[in-house]
Formats: sequence, C-alpha cells, structure tokens
Amino acid sequence: MSGSIWVLAEHWRGQLSESTYELLALGREIADGLGVELQAVLLGHGAADLAKGLGKANSVLSVDHSSLCEPVPEACAAALVQLIKERRPRSVLVPLTNISMGVGTLVSTAVKVPAANFCRDVRVVDGGLQATCVLYGGKIEATVTMGAECSILGIWPGARAAENGRSDVVPPVEPVTVSLPEAPRVRFKRYIEPEAGDVDITQQDTLVAVGRGMQGQANLALAEELAEVLGGAVCGSRPVIDQGWLPLSRQVGKSGVSVKPKLYLAAGISGAPEHVEGMKNAALIIAVNTDPRAPIFNVAHYGILADALEVLPALTEAVRGKKG
Amino acid sequence: MNILVLLRMIPDVVEELEISNDGKTLDREFLRLIPNETDDHALEEALLLKERHGGKVTVVAPDAPELDDVLFACLAKGADRAVKISGVEPVMGGRAAARLMAQVLTTAPGLLPADLILTGVQSTEDLDGLMAPILSHLLQLPYVDNVTQVTADGPGKTVTAVKEFPSAVRAEFDVQLPAVLGIQAAEKPPRYVPVAKVRAVMKSQHLESAAAPAGVEAGQLEILQMAKPEPAEHAEMLAGDPAQVAGKICEILAARGVL
Amino acid sequence: MGTETTLVSEAPCEITLENFLEFPEGRKVLSCIQCGLCAGTCPYGDVMDYPPRRIIAMLRAGMLEKVFHSESLLNCVACYACMAKCPRDIRLTEVLLPLVKEEIFVHLPEVPPELQKALQNTLRYGNPMGESPRKRVAWTKTTDVPIPILGEMSRPVDVLWFVECYTSYHPRGQDNSRALAKIFNGLGIDFAILGNEEKCAGECARLVGEAGLFGTLQDYTMTLFRRYEGRFNRIVTSGAHAYDAFRYQYPALGFDYQVDHTMPFLFQHLEQLKPMLSRKLNYRVTYHDACCLGRHNGFYEEPRALLTAIPGVKLVEMTHNRINSICCGGGGGGMWLDTYYKAKGYERLSERRVKEAVATGADVLAISCPYEVSRFEDAAKVLGYDNKLVVRDISELLAEAMQS
Repeated sequence: MSGSIWVLAEHWRGQLSESTYELLALGREIADGLGVELQAVLLGHGAADLAKGLGKANSVLSVDHSSLCEPVPEACAAALVQLIKERRPRSVLVPLTNISMGVGTLVSTAVKVPAANFCRDVRVVDGGLQATCVLYGGKIEATVTMGAECSILGIWPGARAAENGRSDVVPPVEPVTVSLPEAPRVRFKRYIEPEAGDVDITQQDTLVAVGRGMQGQANLALAEELAEVLGGAVCGSRPVIDQGWLPLSRQVGKSGVSVKPKLYLAAGISGAPEHVEGMKNAALIIAVNTDPRAPIFNVAHYGILADALEVLPALTEAVRGKKG
Repeated sequence: MNILVLLRMIPDVVEELEISNDGKTLDREFLRLIPNETDDHALEEALLLKERHGGKVTVVAPDAPELDDVLFACLAKGADRAVKISGVEPVMGGRAAARLMAQVLTTAPGLLPADLILTGVQSTEDLDGLMAPILSHLLQLPYVDNVTQVTADGPGKTVTAVKEFPSAVRAEFDVQLPAVLGIQAAEKPPRYVPVAKVRAVMKSQHLESAAAPAGVEAGQLEILQMAKPEPAEHAEMLAGDPAQVAGKICEILAARGVL
Repeated sequence: MGTETTLVSEAPCEITLENFLEFPEGRKVLSCIQCGLCAGTCPYGDVMDYPPRRIIAMLRAGMLEKVFHSESLLNCVACYACMAKCPRDIRLTEVLLPLVKEEIFVHLPEVPPELQKALQNTLRYGNPMGESPRKRVAWTKTTDVPIPILGEMSRPVDVLWFVECYTSYHPRGQDNSRALAKIFNGLGIDFAILGNEEKCAGECARLVGEAGLFGTLQDYTMTLFRRYEGRFNRIVTSGAHAYDAFRYQYPALGFDYQVDHTMPFLFQHLEQLKPMLSRKLNYRVTYHDACCLGRHNGFYEEPRALLTAIPGVKLVEMTHNRINSICCGGGGGGMWLDTYYKAKGYERLSERRVKEAVATGADVLAISCPYEVSRFEDAAKVLGYDNKLVVRDISELLAEAMQS
C-alpha cells in the first residue's frame, strides 16, 4: 500500500529475530502517528510460515525465492528495491544487525531516497519523521529529519522493547513475486559453527562482563573470582575477545551473543552500541567504569564511578561475607 | 591480486567531542582524527592476502589532518602505494564519502581495475548510510559485509569471504571478483610497525595525490541538531570506597534475589 | 651514598651493532670470560634461548643474526642484574642488549597485542594507557595543594616536576602524585609541572627495542624543555624510568639539566622533612629496590633513610635486597607483556617478589617506582595476600606521616 510504513522482517535459521519485533513495535508507533498502515516484508525461501508471528503489522508482503534462502544482503536489497519501486512505501525500517546491516544502505542508494543510519529512535513530528541517530560510539546524537519523502531507516537493536512488537493476531499475507538474478554474484556456501565445549553464557543467570578497562588479561582473574562466588561466568566485549583474553564464545554484543541474565555486571566496559545490543535486556545491569560519561551508565540500573580493578575484589569479598 | 584499501580518518573519541555553535556540527577545532578502526583491519586483511597471493595493495584516503603519518605507516606496513585525495572538505556521512571514493577510483589513473576493494564495514560517522554498500552500488560491484576472513584459491575469479553472524556463527560466501568487502576484523589484529621503519619510509617513498572531483554533493539528510546525549535514564550511581560500594551492591543483589 | 656506588659511566650514543667494536664499550665485550653470571642472575635467564652470555658468544662468532629471529629478549625486563654482576663490567643492559633488542623488535613476526597497544597509545597520546592527553592534569583537581603549570606562570621556578604517565593517570599512581604535592608544599619547594604538554619520557620504549618511538618522544620532550629554557633550575621526577632516561639517554641530545629522582631529592631534604613527620605509623615495612634506582644508580640507602625517618616504621629486608633485588617485571616493556608471559607459562616476577615480601612478615611493601604499585597490588591479589600486605609508595607513607 502506498504511503505505509514497512518493516523488514529479519529472520535467521528459521526464526524471526528479536530485532524484527523491536522494529514492529517502533513501526507501529510511527504508522499510528502518521495514520498509515504498517506492513512487514518477509523475504525468504520456504519461510512464509514466519508471517504468522508478524501480527503487529496490518499485513505481510511475503516473497519466496531460492536466492533468499540465506540472508545475502544483495539479494534482500534487490527484492526490496523492486517492491519499493512498485508500491512506494513512506519509510522502510531495516535492522542494523550483522544479518541485515548493509541492506538498508543498498536499497536507499538504488532507489535514490535518503537513509538515516544508526537510529535509536524515530518519531513523527509535524507529519514528518525525525530520527535520533547515535554517532561516534554513542558520544554524540544527531537528530535528523526526513520530511515527507520516502526514506530508509537503519535501526539499532533496542530501539523498542521486543515484547511490544509481538501479537497473537495472524496478519493477512500477500505473496509477491520478484525477479532476482539467476547467477548471483554472491553465493552462500556454508555456516561455520562456533567451537563447542566452552561455557554457554546465554544460559547463565549471572554474568561478570569485562571490557578494555580491565587493562590486561592477568586482571581477568578478579572477574573470574567474582563470577565464581556469584555462581556465574565471565564474558566480555569485543575488544577483550579480540585481544585474545577470552574465547569468542564469551563475546557479548553485535558479533557475539545476546544474553538476558538476572545480573549483568559490566566491569570496565564503556558501552558501545555494539555491546549494549547484546546485554540491554538483562534484568539487572550494574556498571563499573572510571568515565562518568561512559554510555554504559545510560543502560545500567546502577553505576559505580570507579576502577573495576578495585571494585571487583571488594565485591568478591563482600559476597563471600554475605554468604558466610 | 590487486587490492584497494579505502581508509577514512574519523574523530577520535578518546578526546571529548564538542558541538559547534550552530548546534549541528562537530567543533573541529580541537578534534583529533584517527583512522577508522575497521579500515585498519581492512588494510591488515589486504596485506595478508598480498603475502599469500602476491599482488599490490594501494591505500586511498581523503586528505585530513595527521593523514600523512597514517599513510606512511600504511606503506611501512607493506602497502605498495598510498593515494591522498586532496582538496576535500571534511565530510561526514557514508554517502558523500562513497561518492568521493567512487569518483576518484574511476577517474584517478592506475587505481581501477582492482580485484578487491576492502574497507571497514562501517565508521561511526556513517550517518546517512554505510560507505561500502553505497560504493558497491556506484561501481556496480558485488558486496559482502561483516567480513572477518578472505581466502582466494590462487588467481581465480572468486574469493571466499567469511562473514560474521550472531551467536559466534560465521558463514562462507563465494564472491565474484571484482568486489567490495566491508571488513569487520582481519584474521589477526593489525600489525605493529616500528616508528623507525615509518621514518625510513618517509625518506624513501612518497605519497601520491589525486585531486578531489568537484561537486561531490553531501548527503540528503538534514541534520536538525547534534548533542551529547544527556542520559534520560541514567544509572543510579553508588558512591563510596570500594568496600562501601560492594556492600551496597550486595544489598541490591539480595533484594533482587540474585544472592 | 648514592652516586658513589653507581655502576655508571657515559654510554656511547652513536654505537650500533655494526660499529660496535670501534668503541671501547664494544671492545669490552671481547673480554667476556663466558662465566655465565649474567644468565644465572637474570630473572628470566632460565627461559631465554639466548641469555646475555650466549648473545656475547654469538656476537663474537659473527652469528648474531640468529638471535634477531628469536623472541628471547622479550623476556628481558631491563633490570640491570646481568650488568651489575658482570665481573668484566660489560654494560649489557645499557648498551649491548638494547641494540640487540632493537633488531629483535624489528624482526618480531607479531608484537604481543598488549605491548602493541601500549606502544601505539604512547605514540598517539603520549601515555601507554591511551588516555586523553588533555586529561593529563586532571589529577591536580583532586588535591588540596595548588599545582602550578609552568606554561601558565610568568616567573621561573626552581623545580620542574616531571610527573610521568602512571602517576598522572593511574588511580593508584595519582596517590603518589597527591602525596608528593603535599610533601613539596610542606617543604616549601618552588615547583611547577608541564601539565598537558608533558608526554611519556619513553625509556620503556627504548628498552623494549622500539628505538624510533623513544627517539620521537625524546625529540618532543627536549623541544619542550628548550621552550622553557631558563624558566626552571632543575628537574625532579618520581618516574624511576624517566629519571634513568634523562640521566643517560637525553644528554646525547644536549640535555644538561640537573635531574633528581624524588627519592634522592627528598633525602636531600631529610633534615627539613623529619620534624614534619609527626604522625606515628606502626608499620612493619619492607622496601623493594627499584631496578633503575638501585642497581643502575646506586640509590639503595636514600629510600631506606626516608622510611626509617618515619616514626613507628620498622624496616625489614627481603632475602633479595639492594643489588640482589628481584625486578617487579615491569621494565623493558614487561609492563605490557604479562599476558605474553602468562601464555608462555612463566612465573610473573611481581608474584615472586610479593612472596618474598610476605615472608618478611611486613605489612607494607614500600616502593619507589610508579610501575610497581599496580604490579605488586595485582600480584598480592592473585596470591591472596591482599589482606596481609599493602603496597605503598614511599612518598605516600611520608605524606601519611605528615600531620595535615
């Protein structure tokens, strides 16, 4: 439908992603604010069944094509471009995840419409859309306006609560066909699974997460000790994993795993959006950092402005005391 | 293998960022610039490919303060050429950067054809879109993002790009050459180059220069304002010495049933 | 006391491995009797492919090239132990080892990431932690004593206090700086600091083999000193490594200022200081001789005299003290090689040292080099001694003993 708000329904390995629900929640707000319909666009191969989870949208455009079997950005973008040209939506919301990252930019370039990237919020203002975009690792936020034109919005995970994007309603589905190249230039070969055997941090109730602020691998012992008395495990942000301080399986965030523990204690983690993406849903977030402006304090429930190297041992001691 | 690495200097967030009086742009007076971290990884991956398969690595970058030192370091690390795009205004956003790069690559002599164009998967300035996919569209080349490894089986027409997915899963893609790849991380951390080696390269090699084409438009986005985020929902801060703070945390954990 | 016992003579500055034998210092290597004291006394001698003795043998046999392709000297923590023990007075840590390390550093297939980060940070930000150079003076806002900045003053001062990195940025290093500020103020020292203009003096870059980085930092700091020519009489620093660099390396660039480490400097003021030390500290203290201060410069007794001037302090000695002191493991880049050592399965020297300190029954491990606070505190935590032993800079103890 012309003028409606679209959400790219991201799915991977047979499941709609959390981001999809977050975008549906946000898209619903925008569509209601503009008084237009919300449509979900489901691109895949043999994935049409997933449409029933998209009830927050008024309807679903479902594309089935063998080239869309696995998420290849070029193929997804090519399909979206055709749909947009035919149907002229008002705006398209695309998640900024590792799965869909380049899709929004590719589409906006091909259709020649503006794109706003890194959006953490989008609001309807005077009939136009204004987006708040996170720049410079969260140090600056830019408010941008798209006016009334068609636009592509790249949305950071966490813009809305996923719960608000779920619905029991089964939406009407419109199957749509697109033509995609027979011989794609980028061809999916296979998945490489992470090495098994390590602790599964997604299954832990308590995570002590370490970042660059821990200063050195040797200091990780302090985190291990605290995790042990709390009955949890240690995980880390990307820089820590890149340094080889922890195995890849312990990485939380965009390129790692998303976790929802009862307690997430972030030690020396600044809170770059890529990291926050993976831990923002923790029930209780406590952050220790020496930088008062560290973005982690914006997502944490409790913050301590101190050196993690001093707080961790003190906390280990205190927990031991409490447990007796 | 002929590889182009596109590098951008972006604001260094180790330093406090300030907003200009217009409320819409960064105050550039005290800004310090640093190579985009993932661009640095793109260079490393290019150098690893060169070491394995031979060929040439050329670094292309829009001019910026402190860029010369960075480009000499690229040469010292093993890049064959470094091309500085001169006469550019500081531009923010992936769109203007991509247009600039596309024009320079197609007009400056000796850059294209290339087998691979590698650049960082994103920069913290890509407000109006990521540079790599825009560039791939402008040059009509295939594109894969979040790449952490590139392998080539000899001088073929394709490479295998490994892309990062969530949950530490990765996937292999066959990519037709030439292609644009957005590098998330090189196979190993970017190498160190001793300062003495950079100094030696400054004496023995030179930077090339390509003039920026006229009329590269900025992005289409209208920026209403820029601000340092004033945390609306800021954490409740716990004060005291480590022992006091630890005590308070224990109480919170006990109240929440975590302890 | 002090300089009489020093091991030092002027090190030749243009010496390279190529022209090594043209210099008296180089020719001295020919007199090596291959006794192996150097390797035996080296704290990591047991894990080196090429301990100093073998390096000399390789050099004499014209096979030094082989050494360049080993990582052996990444284990050299530049502790001056080999040099101090050499019966032929071969200046290993000062001359030969840095030259060999330079070659090794260039040939390293991969610089250990922690070290790489520290070196990149030092080049870019002037401090190994990668903190903003504009926040170098931030600590001065946390002290009651005014800390004048030379560039903002219209008159010259007596002492230019070169604060250095850990003492500017590290929370525990700042304790040292705050203590010194209090002591200087109490003594009525007319001082100023360089403020945000100051950068790392670079000694560790040199001793890890990153000579180019050291040169860059040296040029920067010399230019800065020159800019303030005539605006200060002498330099005092609590950075034991900075002191070492100023004393032995900077003179090659024309550095001719009087320079003191805070320990001998405060010792010079001991009589004035004594009446101010009115608070009794009932500590059993053992003192760790910092390599640069002790073995390299012979300041063994000054720190001890300062400690024993504090009422109530009982000084006890570790088994290895003075010339036999065991390095904290932080020199020569070791500060950023803990991960590397750990991966190789080596014992951390700081842990070896803390065990010795605990064995003395001391409740305070006193130190005089800013690297040691974090190293020893960390080691104490890892070993579970942190409830038995606290690590304090001598300046901190002095300040504590001063009634405020």
